[in-house]
Amino acid sequence: MLQKQAAVKKSATKTAARSGAATKKPATVMLVATRKGAWLLHGDDSRRSWRVDGPHFLGHVIHHLVLDPRDGRTLLAAAKTGHLGPTVFRSTDRGRTWKEAAKPPAFVKKDDGSGRSVDHTFWLTPAHANEPNVWYAGTSPQGLFRSEDGGVTWAPFSHINDDPQYLEWFGTVQDGTPDGPKMHSIIVDPRDPKHLYFGLSGGGVHESTDGGASFHTLLDGLEVVEGFPKDNPATHDPHCIRMCPSNPDRLYQQNHCGIYRIDRPATRWERIGTKMPKKVGDIGFNMVVHPRNDNVAWVLPMDGQTVWPRTSPEGKPAVYGTRNGGRTWQRLDLGMPREQAWWTVKRQAMCADGGDPVGLYFGTTSGELWASRDEGASWKCIARGLPEIYAVESGTLG
Amino acid sequence: MKVLIPSPLRSYTAGQRWVEAEGHTLGAVLDDLDRRYAGIRFRMIDEQETMRRHIRFFVNGAQTFDLALPLRDSDELTIVQALSGG
Repeated sequence: MLQKQAAVKKSATKTAARSGAATKKPATVMLVATRKGAWLLHGDDSRRSWRVDGPHFLGHVIHHLVLDPRDGRTLLAAAKTGHLGPTVFRSTDRGRTWKEAAKPPAFVKKDDGSGRSVDHTFWLTPAHANEPNVWYAGTSPQGLFRSEDGGVTWAPFSHINDDPQYLEWFGTVQDGTPDGPKMHSIIVDPRDPKHLYFGLSGGGVHESTDGGASFHTLLDGLEVVEGFPKDNPATHDPHCIRMCPSNPDRLYQQNHCGIYRIDRPATRWERIGTKMPKKVGDIGFNMVVHPRNDNVAWVLPMDGQTVWPRTSPEGKPAVYGTRNGGRTWQRLDLGMPREQAWWTVKRQAMCADGGDPVGLYFGTTSGELWASRDEGASWKCIARGLPEIYAVESGTLG
Repeated sequence: MKVLIPSPLRSYTAGQRWVEAEGHTLGAVLDDLDRRYAGIRFRMIDEQETMRRHIRFFVNGAQTFDLALPLRDSDELTIVQALSGG
């Protein structure tokens, strides 16, 4: 299916200013995936003004929209509608036109009735720089898939989708998040394409050092909900895992039970969220790392008390940042609402760009896109009126 | 046979409401639809050959959940997207 999209459409996002210099080459592009479509926001060189392009796929649930950093022009969108099955759309012209994957991620058919069905593709990861056209996808329910042709056709990857042990760890739909159990945070080591990580909600953190031929768990040090056994991966719920580009041995993790860091080859996660203010806590979904400094990371905490309302703590949202690997945290909320802002930010909806200083971005459950040009010191809402934001990614168009 | 395509799937049929497809069973007709309009079947039938939750099939006005249901060229297949949600 080919969907031609208008290059630029006026939208309800009135606060997103149009670039005054239309001939300038856009520097940063923000890829915003929402419950009802996708938007691209093209920044000017200073990242002060943004040109809105969208909606794309209006009415589709877009769980992830990712630009291939290896060519700067290929985009993949994980899509479904409330009524139709899941698919992946692909653009090779920076989002001007889209074509549906010929073979979207799908589990193997089982004649005995035990087979699973992909409800939606949740996570997309471009593979190693030396593996052009290779992508990984994580699905709900949990499944790992790989494409070797730029996202046109997808096949189950590794043994785990049908492995009895993994099926036990995946649990049932009732064991997963409200929108279905998910595979996420598929990470490829930039030094070694065979070194992979992924997270399962629920099901824990997993690593392969042999290109997916085998995986092992990486759970030591992680807390679980009180009453659950820690030694069962099914009870572990990593929300978002990020590898530091400047030091691939260091990973940060926002977990259902705290914020963690690990420095490989160590195998034990250290809970660094205990240094967060007690009244805020260290519960949330997102995790962002600095592209050039492995001591710098950010989170946007969620109210983790009692019933988990999935709002900002006390209705006062803030990003918290560390510049020393998690020993201390600073509240970064200049420009954000001071009160009565009951939104929060999903695990894929916060990211950093590669600028200097780094730009930070997050999209809210109430459809606002916020940006910081100074590594979180100050914030500005650059778009509002969007549907519930599911994912925010940054990229640079080639 | 004539097949009515629901509006969410008409992006596959270039906007056509009614299209032609061939096959001796409901499953075979859907296979033929997919040959003509690549990708359309998986949006309606999952990888375990189960009809998706909000998709319904009517043959000459009678609802069926059976992909093996025999069909004749003179039959009329109506595909309906059940409405739900907000």
